[in-house]
Amino acid sequence: MSQLILLAVLDGLAYAALVFMVAVGLTMIFGVMRILNVAHGSFYAIGAYTAASISLGILGAGLSPVLIYPALLLSAVLVGGVLGLLIEPLLLRRIYGKEQVLQLLVTFAIFMILEDVQRLIWGSQPYYVDNALTMLGNVEVVSVFYTSYQLLVLPAVAVLTLIGLRLFLRRTLQGKLIVAVTQDREAAQACGINATRVYLTTFVIGATLAAFGGALASPTTSLVPGIGTDMIVLSFAVAATAGLGQVEGAAVTALLIGLGRSFAVYLMPELSVLMPYLIMVAVLAVRPQGLFAVAATRKV
Amino acid sequence: MMRWFGTTIAAAGLLAASGAAAQDKPDTLQVGITAFLSGPASVFGVPGRNAAEMLIEQINEDGGVGGVPIEPTFIDEGAGGDQLLSEYRRLVENQGVDVMLASISSGNCKKVAPLAEDLQVLNIMWDCGTQVIFEEDDYDYVFRTQAHAGAEMVATVLYLLKVKPDFETIAVVNQDYAWGRDSWNIFLKTLKALKPDVEVVAELFPKFGAADYSTEISRLSAMRPDVVLSTSWGGDLDTFVRQAATRGLTRQSTFVLPLAESSLERLGSTLPEGVIVGGRGNHYFLHPEYRDEPAFWNFMTAYQERTGEWPIYPVFHMSQALNALDKAYESAIEANGGAWPSTEQVAAAMEGMTFRGLTSPVTIRSDHQGLEDQLLGTTTSSDEYDFKVLDNIMVFSGDLVTTPVGQVTAEWVQTLDRSILEADGIRELGGVN
Repeated sequence: MSQLILLAVLDGLAYAALVFMVAVGLTMIFGVMRILNVAHGSFYAIGAYTAASISLGILGAGLSPVLIYPALLLSAVLVGGVLGLLIEPLLLRRIYGKEQVLQLLVTFAIFMILEDVQRLIWGSQPYYVDNALTMLGNVEVVSVFYTSYQLLVLPAVAVLTLIGLRLFLRRTLQGKLIVAVTQDREAAQACGINATRVYLTTFVIGATLAAFGGALASPTTSLVPGIGTDMIVLSFAVAATAGLGQVEGAAVTALLIGLGRSFAVYLMPELSVLMPYLIMVAVLAVRPQGLFAVAATRKV
Repeated sequence: MMRWFGTTIAAAGLLAASGAAAQDKPDTLQVGITAFLSGPASVFGVPGRNAAEMLIEQINEDGGVGGVPIEPTFIDEGAGGDQLLSEYRRLVENQGVDVMLASISSGNCKKVAPLAEDLQVLNIMWDCGTQVIFEEDDYDYVFRTQAHAGAEMVATVLYLLKVKPDFETIAVVNQDYAWGRDSWNIFLKTLKALKPDVEVVAELFPKFGAADYSTEISRLSAMRPDVVLSTSWGGDLDTFVRQAATRGLTRQSTFVLPLAESSLERLGSTLPEGVIVGGRGNHYFLHPEYRDEPAFWNFMTAYQERTGEWPIYPVFHMSQALNALDKAYESAIEANGGAWPSTEQVAAAMEGMTFRGLTSPVTIRSDHQGLEDQLLGTTTSSDEYDFKVLDNIMVFSGDLVTTPVGQVTAEWVQTLDRSILEADGIRELGGVN
């Protein structure tokens, strides 16, 4: 039994790390811009495809395979930067403060367009570039082999991202501006904060985090059309359970959902697919605003 | 004078009759083809479409079907079932499509079969595998030119029992949708009938399209089953196999992958040796019985040159559907005294017909189900290809592994006994490197 618990915890950690990377970007964007960005899953998918393409380029050019690791980060910055700088000013800026249905429709349209762009560039056959995974080898835990990449690298990157985001939001001017806009947009703008710039910065950071999640996932999985859809649904579950806009909450919830899913695979496999949503429903039934959101007074 | 007049009238009548027949003969034979051109199942749909284009070009170059060239129209099954039905109806009613080849998804086949009956259009189910279609209903216009899931699973169990008779435990990791559940149900019932003492240690059904199987692989690594079955396909199968191979699970357990013929080339060197692989029928681009046949090998190499990939099973299925169509029209035209046949006459010609696609002959039974042989093999390394090829190949004849007419697969497989393992309809072919 103790072996089972240990294995389930390790599996849950690795899974939670990836989910957190994507969900935290979604929740940040919602916290600041009050937009539920359906296209977030596309950033994840394009981040993954770009990382795979750059990795193949590195291998094809005969360069050192170690360069693949920085390439994962590079592809995330590239995708987040290009898509973020295009989509926020050109499309999203026109719909702030509009009806939520309109916002959903616009981001859904972006999602559909980006899905076709993926198919146009990368086709429909699965991609798999796992050098980043295999280069690090395996570690043995109670006679079960884990890849070092999934067991050590992914959780470490997730923790570093969380710490980095905390420091950025609490210690830097730009971060503090984002927190100010998240807490009270009107008051922040009244103080002279340039909300337009804060929105753009947040959107680019959120998109980059999603793309980074995809880039980190790319060595572990087949890249096929539709991978973004799967991740966006799970990210919504994490963000809603945590309370939209909660960065630390997203980390705890991702962990909760990761562990819930892995324990289900060991104990009740029939429920493994449902588990993230069961947790979400259970939490929202008790705390409709999410686990970590603070109830706010409504302005009239 | 009267005699001359009579002869002239008769000749004019014949000319008029032949003129009428010529007018009935269409300029083109319009064929609607449904396939996944988007979404995860496009790993099958795109090769199916590629094959259709090549084969139709060939048929048209050879003079067409009964002298009429085929004009294909493709519908994307990836757009969803409702969209498929409205497109299907539009093609038949507005565009006047003569024959439909539909479809890849079993769910879609269940939807289009009754629609084809309503529209009275000939429908060839060219790839879907659900066995229930002809077990639950009778159709006049619907045919299947390949085997169903029952035959595929029975052949897989037979192969497993022949090459690894002494295994004691098995686990399954299938996609969580109808195919994953149904195929396991048939496999398990067949296995329990032939080897009742086998123990099922885990039944895992991860989400369709799951990106990560780490937890499932950890659990299987801890349980160490003798055999791991997965009827998954496409990106899901690739991901599962790669993750399992990376973590050493494929060295612990014998993997049985009834659809992995379609992943051999993509998986490259990741797929280990000793994995049991099937191809949903008698399909394999290095088929030992046909590789030396020029028509077979020329098509294999032409397809590879055109698409950059070796043919996989949907290519073979498409060739069976189009060859069946060609032969049915030929027979119907002959039976009709050379005149262009009605849909009902073509359907009548299909019943009981034996035809060939790229490999062994397929016979359409009275219930419209195709009797198709099943090939399985075990992976081994190759000097010639940078991916695994098959060794220890066995072909199970269609009539041995297919549910008899009028019976239900889930019940029939439970009546099987071990004498089937020694039946005449099993050909052991070795392998080709």
